[in-house]
Amino acid sequence: MKNTTGLFALPARVLHWLMAAMILAMLFIGVGMVATVSERHAWLLRIHKPLGIAILLLAVVRLAVRLRRPPPPLPADLPALQKLAAHASHWLLYALMIAMPLVGWAMLSAGGYPVMLGDSLRLPPIFPTSATAFAVLRHLHTGLAMLLLLTFLAHLAAALYHGLIRRDGVLASMVGRRREQ
Amino acid sequence: MPDPHASAVPPVRRAGAWFLVVAIPAACALAFAWVGGWLSPQRLTPRRLIDQFQANAGVYPGYRRNHAKGVCVAGYFQSSGAAARYSVAQVFAPGQRTPVVGRFAIPGGNPYAPDSSVPIRSMALRFAQANGQQWRTGMNSMPVFPVATPQAFYAQLQAGQPDPATGKPDPAKLAAFFAAHPETAAFRAWAKTAKPSASFATESYWGLDAFEFVDAGGAKHAVRWRLAPEATDAGSAPPGETDYLDADLRRRLAQGPQRWKLQLTLANPGDPTDDATKAWPADRATVDAGTLVIDSEQPQDSGPCRDINYDPTVLPHGIDISDDPLLPARSAAYADSYLRRTSEEAHLPGSARTPVQAQPEARP
Repeated sequence: MKNTTGLFALPARVLHWLMAAMILAMLFIGVGMVATVSERHAWLLRIHKPLGIAILLLAVVRLAVRLRRPPPPLPADLPALQKLAAHASHWLLYALMIAMPLVGWAMLSAGGYPVMLGDSLRLPPIFPTSATAFAVLRHLHTGLAMLLLLTFLAHLAAALYHGLIRRDGVLASMVGRRREQ
Repeated sequence: MPDPHASAVPPVRRAGAWFLVVAIPAACALAFAWVGGWLSPQRLTPRRLIDQFQANAGVYPGYRRNHAKGVCVAGYFQSSGAAARYSVAQVFAPGQRTPVVGRFAIPGGNPYAPDSSVPIRSMALRFAQANGQQWRTGMNSMPVFPVATPQAFYAQLQAGQPDPATGKPDPAKLAAFFAAHPETAAFRAWAKTAKPSASFATESYWGLDAFEFVDAGGAKHAVRWRLAPEATDAGSAPPGETDYLDADLRRRLAQGPQRWKLQLTLANPGDPTDDATKAWPADRATVDAGTLVIDSEQPQDSGPCRDINYDPTVLPHGIDISDDPLLPARSAAYADSYLRRTSEEAHLPGSARTPVQAQPEARP
């Protein structure tokens, strides 16, 4: 099914902006909670785990939406390299949205921690207890977070470039305004 | 023709647009760096706290950065049911038996320190509830903590950093620290009379920080706890020996399990929950929550306690942290220490490999 509306489907747009806020908040919560010894550490950690699982669930829904309702095509005059960068960064973002929560979950499992999403809601472990695996996964979690931050910054800069410099309807297709021809 | 859409835009607006394309992501990156502490070298972070432990004691790869010398133990907790009125945690249900993996240790970052080097012993426990939730606690054999905040604790560590010239802390710096921190008085009064005990088994272990129990009605009860020993034959440390605690524990366990009563103290309204330097008045109601039974011990380099981070904020439903500022700091700092030692165990690049101090030099 080809997208001829020039817009992302409504569910895709809602999921995009909702998850943009969640993921950006998550990046700041994550980097903040490991860099403070104040009471913020406790409450940020409390938000971090359920928010991460919520992002994982929404990312799966979003992937399904993306596969069923294809996005509008990129402008025909966009240079091939920019098209490639756009597609690669989008799939990288999808991969990270799904990998980050799974790595976090596996890391807590490997560290022998109960994975508590609230006072009494506990997720089962998804990785056998192993201190060395914990260390690897913990560093991987940080590394992927930095990659996600950089990909997000590039995505943001590209969106602004399309919206402010090229004015080619790419940003508008996600904001929800139909491209005027 | 790379950019046909922009040809109609006046140059000033175009420059402004380019500014935004660069400035908005850059502002995001700056905010991220600020939250992450990279722009605030004065902020006390878990990393700086653990770095200070390493500055004081050296780096011993694979070991905890504090309470490095210890031994694993195992057993169970038998609930009396008396605490179930105050907390819905499964561990307190009447007749409940909960397996425990614990650890006895002495404070300090040197795993080869003589047992008599400090008068404090510590006990850490992980209760593994049947429902998969856990209660982890780290306790010390003193009724009050020297300081109330992570900042004061960091200052105390800095004051205790050995002088490179003498290899010992500078007494003037320590004196200046204690003068600036009158809240340490209760701890110092205890420390004056405290002697290094000859046994882990004859000590009381206090949770120090206050916690909140949550009962079936959702009401909160501020509590502190202590594990009070059944064994009372406390002797003094054998002179000239450096590693007697482990041997003593093995000898006692060969004769039979060692027991402690878990005594909860309930706060009265107004009792401080955010200040571990202040003991609550002695007339507060206490509850005998049950008996901790320790029946085996294992070396810490291969025992089941080795890979456990005894983070006191890992709690089951029915126990919450209080507003004690030491609790989040302990959680954050323990996590940093745990990552360092597990990275060393995994021989990850960038993790410490060789001890900076060889074992014999660490012995005085």
